[in-house]
Amino acid sequence: MGTLILQDGTVIKGESFGAIGGYEGEVVFTTSFCGYQESLSDPSFARQIVVMAYPEIGNCGINDFDFESDRCYLRGLIVKNYSKQESHYQAKETLANYLIKNNVIALENIDTRSLVKKITKYGTMGGFITSNDVDNDFIKEKFEEIRNFKIEEDVLDEVSIKSRYVFNPQGKINIALIDYGNKKSTLNELAKRDCRITVYPYDTEAKEILENKFDAVFLSNGPGDPANYKNQILQIRQMMGKIPMFGICLGYQLLALAAGANTYKLKYGHRGANHPVINLENNKVMITSQNHGYSVDMVTLPKIMRPTYKNLNDNTLEGFEITSLGIYAVQFHPEANPGPEDANIIFDEWINLAQKDMNRINEV
Amino acid sequence: MKDKSLKKVLVIGSGPIVIGQAAEFDYAGVQACRALKEEKIEIVLVNSNPATIMTDEEIADKVYIEPLNLESLTEIIKMERPQGLIATLGGQTALNLACELDKAGVLKEYNVRILGTNIESIQKAEDREQFKNLMEEINIPIPQSEIVSNYQDALKFSEKIGFPIIIRPAFTLGGAGGGIARNEREYEEIVHSGLSQSPINQVLVEKSIAGYKEIEYEVIRDANDTCIIICNMENIDPIGIHTGDSFVVAPSQTLTNPECEMLRTSAIKIVRALKIEGSCNVQFALDTVSNQYYIIEVNPRVSRSSALASKATGYPIAKIATKIAMGYHLHEIKNPITNKCAAFEPAIDYVVVKIPKWPFDKFSSGDRILGTKMKATGEIMAIGRTFVSSFKKAVTSLEERFTGLLYRGFEELSNDALLSELYIQDDRRIFRLAQAIYNGNDINRLCAITKIDKWFVAKIKEIVDVEKELKRAPLNRTMYLKAKQFGFLDEEIAKITQTTYETLNKFNIEANFRAVDTCAAEFSAHVPYFYSTYNEEDEVEEFKQQAQKTYKKPKENIIVLGSGPIRIGQGIEFDYCSVHASWELIKRGYESVMINSNPETLSTDFDVATRLYFEPMNVEYVMNIIKKENPKGVLVQFGGQTAINLAEKLHQEGIKILGTSLESINAVEDRKVFEKLLRELEIPQPKGCAVTSTTGALNAVKELGYPVLVRPSYVIGGRGMQVVYNDDELLTYITEAFKFSNEHPVLIDQYLEGQEVELDAVSDGRDILIPGICEHIERAGVHSGDSMSIYPSQNISRKNEKILVKYATKIARKLNIKGLMNIQFIIKDDKVYVIEVNPRASRTVPIMSKVTGIPMANIAVEAILGKSIRRAGFGVGLYKKSNLVCVKMPIFSWQKLNRIDPALAPEMKSTGEVLGIDTTYKKALYKAFLAGGHKFSKAKQRVLVSLNDHYKKPALPMLKKLFKQGFFIMATWGTHKFLEQNGIPSKMIEKFMIDKLQKRMKNGRLSFIINTPTTGKNSQNAGFQIRTIAQMYGVPSFTSIDTANAFLSAYKVFDKNTVLTYDTITNYRKKKFLGMFK
Repeated sequence: MGTLILQDGTVIKGESFGAIGGYEGEVVFTTSFCGYQESLSDPSFARQIVVMAYPEIGNCGINDFDFESDRCYLRGLIVKNYSKQESHYQAKETLANYLIKNNVIALENIDTRSLVKKITKYGTMGGFITSNDVDNDFIKEKFEEIRNFKIEEDVLDEVSIKSRYVFNPQGKINIALIDYGNKKSTLNELAKRDCRITVYPYDTEAKEILENKFDAVFLSNGPGDPANYKNQILQIRQMMGKIPMFGICLGYQLLALAAGANTYKLKYGHRGANHPVINLENNKVMITSQNHGYSVDMVTLPKIMRPTYKNLNDNTLEGFEITSLGIYAVQFHPEANPGPEDANIIFDEWINLAQKDMNRINEV
Repeated sequence: MKDKSLKKVLVIGSGPIVIGQAAEFDYAGVQACRALKEEKIEIVLVNSNPATIMTDEEIADKVYIEPLNLESLTEIIKMERPQGLIATLGGQTALNLACELDKAGVLKEYNVRILGTNIESIQKAEDREQFKNLMEEINIPIPQSEIVSNYQDALKFSEKIGFPIIIRPAFTLGGAGGGIARNEREYEEIVHSGLSQSPINQVLVEKSIAGYKEIEYEVIRDANDTCIIICNMENIDPIGIHTGDSFVVAPSQTLTNPECEMLRTSAIKIVRALKIEGSCNVQFALDTVSNQYYIIEVNPRVSRSSALASKATGYPIAKIATKIAMGYHLHEIKNPITNKCAAFEPAIDYVVVKIPKWPFDKFSSGDRILGTKMKATGEIMAIGRTFVSSFKKAVTSLEERFTGLLYRGFEELSNDALLSELYIQDDRRIFRLAQAIYNGNDINRLCAITKIDKWFVAKIKEIVDVEKELKRAPLNRTMYLKAKQFGFLDEEIAKITQTTYETLNKFNIEANFRAVDTCAAEFSAHVPYFYSTYNEEDEVEEFKQQAQKTYKKPKENIIVLGSGPIRIGQGIEFDYCSVHASWELIKRGYESVMINSNPETLSTDFDVATRLYFEPMNVEYVMNIIKKENPKGVLVQFGGQTAINLAEKLHQEGIKILGTSLESINAVEDRKVFEKLLRELEIPQPKGCAVTSTTGALNAVKELGYPVLVRPSYVIGGRGMQVVYNDDELLTYITEAFKFSNEHPVLIDQYLEGQEVELDAVSDGRDILIPGICEHIERAGVHSGDSMSIYPSQNISRKNEKILVKYATKIARKLNIKGLMNIQFIIKDDKVYVIEVNPRASRTVPIMSKVTGIPMANIAVEAILGKSIRRAGFGVGLYKKSNLVCVKMPIFSWQKLNRIDPALAPEMKSTGEVLGIDTTYKKALYKAFLAGGHKFSKAKQRVLVSLNDHYKKPALPMLKKLFKQGFFIMATWGTHKFLEQNGIPSKMIEKFMIDKLQKRMKNGRLSFIINTPTTGKNSQNAGFQIRTIAQMYGVPSFTSIDTANAFLSAYKVFDKNTVLTYDTITNYRKKKFLGMFK
């Protein structure tokens, strides 16, 4: 019997099917019914304990193709039912094996719906997940520890790369991507559109990027509280106006902070593959893949930032642009994986804009 | 935004229930009408199916129960002048009619706009060639195929690509006439059948991709180009079995994210290319070892799958599709469940399994092989937190004798025999698979044989393993809980572990209920839609308390038991009754609690009752709900036999059955008690007895005299009732019956070949209200569900009418009937006999309610709640006759079922019905035949007549009529001789010249067939063969001389160039009989 301890005092027992051990983490849930492999390898889930709202997990095992990064960053996985017999022609190993290899604690046979309800009621919580059956003293001790659990800013160091590299070197459009926990799909989407992407660590100085004469800078998704990343915001600010910039998720939040807006923590975040987003310019609606715990506060937008997308569920801001500076960013995930590819078109728009705006900036 | 110019809209229904088009379109139609009402749009509704809720006058403003054809719709459009027409909610029938109206220029002439998806899109989706071109244009892979309109071209295709080949006829319901051909012989047969059944004489021949995964997407698109997926579904059975005949799971289980998204993106691309405005179903085939996929087909309308998707997610697809048709965009519409906008995709946190309900228990001789032609009459759906629990619940929901996966007879086969049978793709294959797993076969091998994905096979193995575990180890709480979480019933567990219920109860484990909320609990949603699970939190109590807070004073609740899946003998009419009962309870200040397992019905819409439980109609599941709800009582009389069957068991649990008591219900079902009861009341009944030997049978017949009605007291292998005329027939029957079991007696009853009469009544135990009396066209011996019937009765004397009312009143008082009842009588030689009493809602309740304006189900609820029916405002006794005449006609689904004798018999075979209404009997009759799809032609063709000896004489007047009306009679030898003796010219044909007859039928040179069957279910019988071929070519074959006679009367109306007029049911009731002739 494994155990999940929540900061509100809840203790839930389940059967362990992952690694042995125990971790603290932020307990969040996702409603996406497929794509657990993508989620597990999504660095944005770093230091989180993820509850899968959909009950059957592990059905297709783990394959070689659907990873979003080279390992798992989340700390715990909580499911209703783990499918011991995987079935898919691409499957290389079982989910359990993969979790063990990646040191992720996993519990099954848990009333995940009740857990989701709890999170929506009390908000995202700190928690402790262990593969062990623990006693009351241990639980008491853990309560104290997890009460103040936060994803600290050093998380970027964990998810980012150590040194830069080039993806799709034969590409024609020259893009710099700052990796705050980037997903592979973003690189694939850019490569598909003939980009040569130089991927930089999260702590790269603006100067270094600007020197290299890129066509645009891409700020990736990633974990944590955007407001913590003071240095990143500073570097971004130094690049603004000098080169077209695009941001997804954390990248978008950092761009917003750099431009003078504020961010705040959502009660329980948006994590799933079914979030409707409306394009405020043409009223077109897209279903998007989302994974974020923070949001850009619409009322704090400086005049220069024009809202471009809005979430139809809770009316939170989902995108903005600063056309004069060539800045475009969205909160959701146009690279999908897991989730719908509706927003894929944004990459086309951006690559077009990158070329146009670079010309414009060069002329100025 | 909404189109403000819309003031009046025409909604076309889907007509009678047939295989491939069941109650889902009533649910869709009602949702559509409610959505239109919300917008204050006047609704004109046309449907020939009187058992539907959509044809209620409170649902639509103007209700036309009229034949669904070009002529009637043109006239109605001319009169009503609607601005818009909704054609995408009435199944294939409505879609085809909209195309016809468009083609005939009617829509243009009267300025009627098609709302939602337009005609051009519909045609692009439905016309194989256009669709193929469009798919090629947008780069969606489509299997190699060719559209052909003759066999020669089909042959060229097969020579090119080889077998197997799938044949899909254009524009047919549920793939009628299609199939998979593995060789040239099968190919020829199926291509011909497909060509003849396609209204445009066109079939698609296509490279078979049997064995691929079959995946469906339910898409909604609006005029703003927003596309959302309501859910995807995976067929557990691979491609090759019609999706309507497949076990289906939602959402997909064996697809990776890239596969799901690849198909999702394609689905959206297709729906956008087609410019669908509303709902659309997209079906794909996906390879099991690569990401190669093909589009199979799209349904540019609300469909059976969309009904399933709607119930599986809680998303009201038909309602939203209607709003889109009115011009709304998805993001402008509110999702009533979450109060967020409707432009989102439901997230679910449970698993849904659908299993079809096949009619093979009724048709034991039928061909059970499943292919591209749908054979199921209905379906059940189950919701569980895990696949295994959902699957197990789904099997229980089938309401079969066996609730489990095992012990279905396959345990008696040797393992080798079982494995070779496992290749058979029929309705029992999942159970064979379960047995094969139980036998310990390697699951990889089983996957290879069945082509069912390993994931599903492994899950079934998990269920089987629990059973093994139960057998092995002593039962403890942990094991019991596990079995419960897997969906095992207490009954099963007690049997497997040989424990008592008391022991199980001691474990103190209760079912918990979870809500279906479209969002996996992400938002707070207050939807009263629940399913059961174990070992989880319960959400009902909180919901109940919140509901109570909104009432001025506390409300009691009452449970309405629904009727489960649509099957022969238990159709949509019971859904009509359950829904009305629920509405009436709410009106009377109660909370109504609905329990049902059928995703195709209105009763399983979450806003019909105060609370909905989507659960198997099994006593344990019902009791779980009762424990939670603590109801005032349970209503069992509205949900057909399904609900009635539960009454006894609920009563044993101490649950109060409201209305007519269980004792009375049992009294009419127990032959002896019922006999005694009628004797006491001095009501005549046919004589009968039970025999246990052939000598006993022969002795009995000596006393009763031939003909007699024989039936087993216990149903074995679907062998049912039969009328026998002599010792030979009797002995054949008896010997056969005893071969199966001689423990159960055979019942022999005097068969009175008289006028069959039927009435429905509402009673409060003291008074009885009879809306009307119906008389059957076919003489007794044909199941009442398969008879044509007339209201008001045309041939019953005043005196006998009074007797009927007297008997009904006596019976109602004696049995203390509270609520509905139905009585069937025979009048022979001016004497009235009672043959059957049903203390519950009957098939005819919706019809009688509509034609008389008496809301029977509602009054029944009032009576059950203790109100005198005198206060309902319709008086007591026999209600005054309406000014209309209506003829009910049964509709059969022969073309979907192979090897089934279409001969009318005491066993019911029809799947649905239509109603012809007019001011005179003749016109109503003509309309009934028109609504039933019969074609009348000025060019009189040949009619094949073949009568058995018994019916030759009684048929004489009809045969004379046939000749006089200008038909050319072809007759088999005996009939020919008989006609000759009576001076009626006919051409003699050899009975065995079946090929020649087949050719005639195909060329349309045979108008119809009159063939009274000889007894014995011998499929080698020539008559049987002729009738079966006639089915295939859609040539009507009348097996009762009375039906044939009625058809000739209708033909006469046609011959006289009678111009039909059409009116609303409301007006027909008001019309004065006289002075309305045109």
